[in-house]
Amino acid sequence: MPTRPVLLVTRRLPPAIEARAARDYQARLNAEDTPRTGADVLRLAQGADAILCSPGERLDAATIGALPASIKVLGTFSVGYDHIDIAAARMRALPVVNTPDVLSVATAEIAMLLILAASRRAGEGERLLRAGKWTGWTPTQLIGTGVGGKRLGIFGMGRIGRELARMAGAFGMQVHYHNRTRLPPDQEGGVIWHDSEDSFLQVSEVLSLNAPGGDGTRRWLNADRIARLPPGAVVVNAARGTLVDDAALIAALKSGHVAFAGLDVYDGEPRLNPEYLTLENVVLLPHLGSATRQTRDAMGNLALDGIDAVLAGREPANLVR
Amino acid sequence: MKPRLIVSRQIPPEVAARVRADFDCPWPDGRDMTADEAVAALAETNADALLLTSHLKFGADMIARLPASVKIAATCSVGFEHIDVAAARARGLPVTNTPDVLTDCTADMTLLLILAACRRAHEYEAIMRAGWRQGFGLGEMLGLKVSGKRLGILGLGRIGQAVAQRARGFGMRVLYHNPRRLPPEQEQGAEYFPTFAAMLPHCDVLSLHARSGPDTAGIMNADRFALLPKGAVFVNAARGNLVDEDALLAALTSGHLFAAGLDVFHNEPAFDLRFAALKNVFLVPHMGSATVETRTAMGMRALDNIAAVLSGRPPIDPLWR
Repeated sequence: MPTRPVLLVTRRLPPAIEARAARDYQARLNAEDTPRTGADVLRLAQGADAILCSPGERLDAATIGALPASIKVLGTFSVGYDHIDIAAARMRALPVVNTPDVLSVATAEIAMLLILAASRRAGEGERLLRAGKWTGWTPTQLIGTGVGGKRLGIFGMGRIGRELARMAGAFGMQVHYHNRTRLPPDQEGGVIWHDSEDSFLQVSEVLSLNAPGGDGTRRWLNADRIARLPPGAVVVNAARGTLVDDAALIAALKSGHVAFAGLDVYDGEPRLNPEYLTLENVVLLPHLGSATRQTRDAMGNLALDGIDAVLAGREPANLVR
Repeated sequence: MKPRLIVSRQIPPEVAARVRADFDCPWPDGRDMTADEAVAALAETNADALLLTSHLKFGADMIARLPASVKIAATCSVGFEHIDVAAARARGLPVTNTPDVLTDCTADMTLLLILAACRRAHEYEAIMRAGWRQGFGLGEMLGLKVSGKRLGILGLGRIGQAVAQRARGFGMRVLYHNPRRLPPEQEQGAEYFPTFAAMLPHCDVLSLHARSGPDTAGIMNADRFALLPKGAVFVNAARGNLVDEDALLAALTSGHLFAAGLDVFHNEPAFDLRFAALKNVFLVPHMGSATVETRTAMGMRALDNIAAVLSGRPPIDPLWR
């Protein structure tokens, strides 16, 4: 039996995935789930054939350039790859594989949950009950805003955006989107494309960010764009924290121009702008958009499929191009 | 001369504007009154109509004390447990409620509870409010994916059907139990079970939408919870008295249920504080109809009923005929 290749796994993974990794590889696991830096990755990757990383590690050009020559493939346990310098990987001909598709539904569920919970003030209701401070039902207590008949603007109509559009349609929301390019008609499904950012922002009573991170979208939702949303808009972000200028969003939440927000991701997470914690009109979740057993297992299996394929000399279906 | 109206509870601004325009009312914005205060105000103003909500116990004794001038009492709620309909009928007093208008809003809340319970929203929010600071392993803090699960609905009436429609947006398979099977256009593909007990073992998620009454009081008891598959999720946005709360607490504590989402409780607002100590519940304070749009529509509907009766037409939503 040939020696199994060596796989560095940077974080603790779901049990089924670690079992598969240990069966097929000499797997270097992280039982304590200690967070890894780029330097840690370099140290632990010595003599390895492949790496399965997570969005927690920043693999910049210097780190990628310093990886041992033995590394033949880099997998990431995520659909996003803004933590990896893809250009640097391409320079040294290192294939990168990710986990598209399999987390679209779970992530769209979190976006829909954020839309509902923010609009309906569920976080406030929860805290009122948990504090034992509920003194009775009143017709004006915790009045939120209905989602039915509202216009939902989706910024970034990829796979997750399309799943969200389907869910929101079932709530009677009218879906609009802004992308660089219009979807082909068979994928559009009755949603309304806006070529112009301005017209898109003006109709977005509820704005959901579903675009990739990275330099092209950094702080896309800034004070200027927020000002163009209708007064009393609802903003949700289950995509990347870097899409939002936190200070601008916090100011809008305080002024009421943005009535409610729901966030699963933060610029600089797991740290977040502490002012969010002082606001009642935000619902905050700790980046768990893909956190279901079924989804995480599917992500792990897809990442390992890609790594297996590269090491076997095949082209992986989930190659980042 | 405008008809005279007493509004015994605060009402939304748009409803108050109509009260000002169409009625002679000493407190058009509504004033929170006890039964004694309401009877006194009605007598003092020789009022034609009373607008109330579920906060006012409209029992036989209060009905007996109403001045003869009162020709209709309209409750701004769909439930009417607070009204002694038989006593109103004996006196020939039309009483009305506001069905239909809160269907969508309550169905939205139901899906919010399903998503929040399955995706552990209480725990996630609590982590954030405590400042987060720590990432999670990829196998940690996992919830249940809603999409593709089987949703059992007890009571496929107006709200139940609206819940089913939203659930289909998540690719959920809908099962239901009603005393009688519905025609196909109302079933929309939902699978009928002639008995409640036969449906329970097939429900990944169970949502109650039954009317409250002697035959449904405590319908979710220990035996029925035991019939749900292990790891099921339970939500109730209908009425608290449908549930034996000791049995629900036991099922949540033992882990038989993965989680629950509750908008209603046996005792409101003095709900059982043992729920507030549990992590696997999402709790909101009877907010099913708490949107500006719905509360306004409810107020308008109550005024429509009052206007109809006072102009000699039959009430739109009579509680007795």
